[in-house]
Amino acid sequence: MSSPILRLVAQRILLGLVLLFAVSVLIFAGTQILPGDVAQAILGQSATPEALANLREQLGLNDPAWLRYVHWLWGILHGDFGTAQSSGLDIASSIGTRLKNTLFLAACAAIVAVPLAVILGLIAVRYRNGFVDKLISGLALASTSFPEFFIGYVLIFVFAVHWQIFPSISTVDDSTPFLERLQAVVLPATALTLVVLAHMMRMTRAAILNVMQSAYIETAELKGLKPFDIIRKHAFPNAIAPVVNVVMLNLAYLIVGVVVVEVIFVYPGMGQYLVDHVAKRDVPVVQAVGLIFAAVYITLNIVADIAAIVANPRLRHPK
Amino acid sequence: MSNELDYLSRRVAAGKLSRRDFLGRAAALGVTATFANSLLSSAVRAAGPVKGGTLKAGLQGGESTNSLDPATFLSQVPFAFGKCWGETLVELAPGGGVEYLIAEEIGSSKDAKTWTMKIRKGVQFHNGKEVTPDDVVATLKRHSDEKSKSGALGVLKSIDTIKADAGNVVVTLKDPNADLPYLMADYHLIIQPNGGNDKPDAGIGTGPYKVTVNQPGVKHGGERFANYWQADKYGHADQVEIIVVNDPTARMAALQGGQVNMINRVEPKIVDLVKRLPGVTIRAASGRGFYPFNMFCDTAPFDNNDLRMALKLAMDREEMLTKILRGYGEVGNDMPVNKAYPLFADDFEQRKFDPEKAAALYKKSGHSGSILLRTSDVAFPGAVDAAQLYQQSCAKAGIKIEIKREPGDGYWTEVWNKQPFSLSYWGGRPTQDQMYSTAYLSTADWNDTRFKRPDFDKMVLAARGELDEAKRKKIYRDMGEIMRDEGGLIVPFFNQFVDATGKGVEGWVDNPAQELSNGHALIECWLQA
Repeated sequence: MSSPILRLVAQRILLGLVLLFAVSVLIFAGTQILPGDVAQAILGQSATPEALANLREQLGLNDPAWLRYVHWLWGILHGDFGTAQSSGLDIASSIGTRLKNTLFLAACAAIVAVPLAVILGLIAVRYRNGFVDKLISGLALASTSFPEFFIGYVLIFVFAVHWQIFPSISTVDDSTPFLERLQAVVLPATALTLVVLAHMMRMTRAAILNVMQSAYIETAELKGLKPFDIIRKHAFPNAIAPVVNVVMLNLAYLIVGVVVVEVIFVYPGMGQYLVDHVAKRDVPVVQAVGLIFAAVYITLNIVADIAAIVANPRLRHPK
Repeated sequence: MSNELDYLSRRVAAGKLSRRDFLGRAAALGVTATFANSLLSSAVRAAGPVKGGTLKAGLQGGESTNSLDPATFLSQVPFAFGKCWGETLVELAPGGGVEYLIAEEIGSSKDAKTWTMKIRKGVQFHNGKEVTPDDVVATLKRHSDEKSKSGALGVLKSIDTIKADAGNVVVTLKDPNADLPYLMADYHLIIQPNGGNDKPDAGIGTGPYKVTVNQPGVKHGGERFANYWQADKYGHADQVEIIVVNDPTARMAALQGGQVNMINRVEPKIVDLVKRLPGVTIRAASGRGFYPFNMFCDTAPFDNNDLRMALKLAMDREEMLTKILRGYGEVGNDMPVNKAYPLFADDFEQRKFDPEKAAALYKKSGHSGSILLRTSDVAFPGAVDAAQLYQQSCAKAGIKIEIKREPGDGYWTEVWNKQPFSLSYWGGRPTQDQMYSTAYLSTADWNDTRFKRPDFDKMVLAARGELDEAKRKKIYRDMGEIMRDEGGLIVPFFNQFVDATGKGVEGWVDNPAQELSNGHALIECWLQA
């Protein structure tokens, strides 16, 4: 390992931070141009002019926008997201629990989905254009084509109502023991796995097939290597970059885009939290959640970039 | 035969015979399953509640923005959980009238302006303190203060002074109001220590359950309060739990899978399927909620009563009831009250679908061209379908309706009470006076039909101050007539609250005031093994 790679990695991380900063400006600006006044939104119909003026003063709404932005950013850098306007609860601590739940569910789904997708992709390549390939692709595409709520309902019907082996309600909290928690997320994690499987599987298959056209694969075949060894040793390492990219995109989806699954399985994650607060025009919470989601996306993309760099010998060993 | 059934049902209640065996014996005696079941539940009720267990409800209507401060209660979950941990002065009794809780009795002066409420002694808060008249005064004052932003503010606006006097609380009103006891049953008015001024969302009340879990939008839980003052009546389960399940299919699945014992808001379109499920009981109670089509009486073309009447006559109420609510409701009569209200005269002539007369009146009104009707999914379940059905029945009378489907987000701020012809819903109020005062007085903020009639306003005030029930009933009858024939609302139907319970849930009482037996389901039901 040499310094160029470290420099590349450092560059990516720095770029990510700049991007995150830009996103924070966008989020803040976006919530500022939303119609309606925050004080009015809090007080509702019964707002009197004095109460409005008092609340504006109290919330610092009379300061110029840039000053409010600086205050906001400064708070966040110190882990202070402020308090939710609707319930008066501390945002950081409410998000903490929810984020943990979301990450747990995403991790459970990812632990199953990612290896499964890659292995299925490898198998599909090995038996490409044959019956096995078609079966794998067909099933995976079918499971992705169904809307996630449909998959969720089918799982509930079969496993929770008919056989009653898993709960349909996945409510968990801090005191839930690990095994119970695991049991609670079986159905939502399965639903999510089915949703993201095909994308990753198809990408693995396509990326490896692309490499399979290369001359060195032919050489390997002529050497007499077994088809699986060729794929494992020669094709897959060279196809990692695009696969990692797709995997990261799907991981990001598992964290930020699962509100439908959360609602169906009554899972207390970030999605439902965001939706509730958007409906109540609770701007500080929306800003905080938006920023966290942006950070997740950016981080995962950096990881994908770095993985692609590390996996590429040409970038690892520049001339 | 009936003696034998009685005997058998008592054996079931005593746990000496299984329910299945009982139903089998009953069938052998030639009794229908429905009758046998109802016989059984009365026997079970007579045998008395069973203590213990955890009663769980999966409810729609909870958000992560909810708070335990009763002043902020708006949706179903805080409402139902509030009934578990808190109590108001009085409650709306299932058969009309009031049930006395923290107030032992309520009396009024002859002019209905000064009301004296005797506060029950020996009622304890969860923190061990006893309820005093001062707590009650502080509670009422907090909710009647503009700053509290309480949902009960409108109800308490007419109060002039609130004072504690020995064991009583004395309230004087600005104007006479014979309905004050009903106002005190508002679900926001949970009596809190020192009125909740110290910590409004502490969740400390006098209810049968102490708050143990409070995760807004996720879960709420309570355990039985040992010193509850009427433990024989409420609070049978050791623990109660409310899980927020906003998705209707997930709610149904949770009930079927046995994860919860009761759910609210069963969609009318699936009720007939649900009924056939083993162990599931549908609890449908007729209520005071209705789904109106609102016309602004002061905006053209709706300022013409002939046109309004034409639009009323062009409504096929029976068809609406069967197609939109699947029969789980009662046809409306173009007034905002029905027989679920006290002092309602039930001799009104039912308005019927009459396309010919509607066509004639439409012609007479001189209006031409189409009429724009705004609707949205959020107005009520099935509101878009209802608008389309109405469009078709109007077409039969030669009236052209154009439907505009509005986005759900912003419907209540931009369309309802702003646009001249739109669909909406009302949850109903405990009394006719409250319903009329909320939406049909000239000065009401929520006058969503722009119905402004000084003579009608006078009748509302006259009825409010009238302590003679016969006279009051007569005034309300006349008001209903005016509403029906000259008002701006078309009422296709009143809806029922449709809840469902799972296996072994007993003690349910139908209550027209609100869903889930006015929120009492968790505290009045028990689990029969």
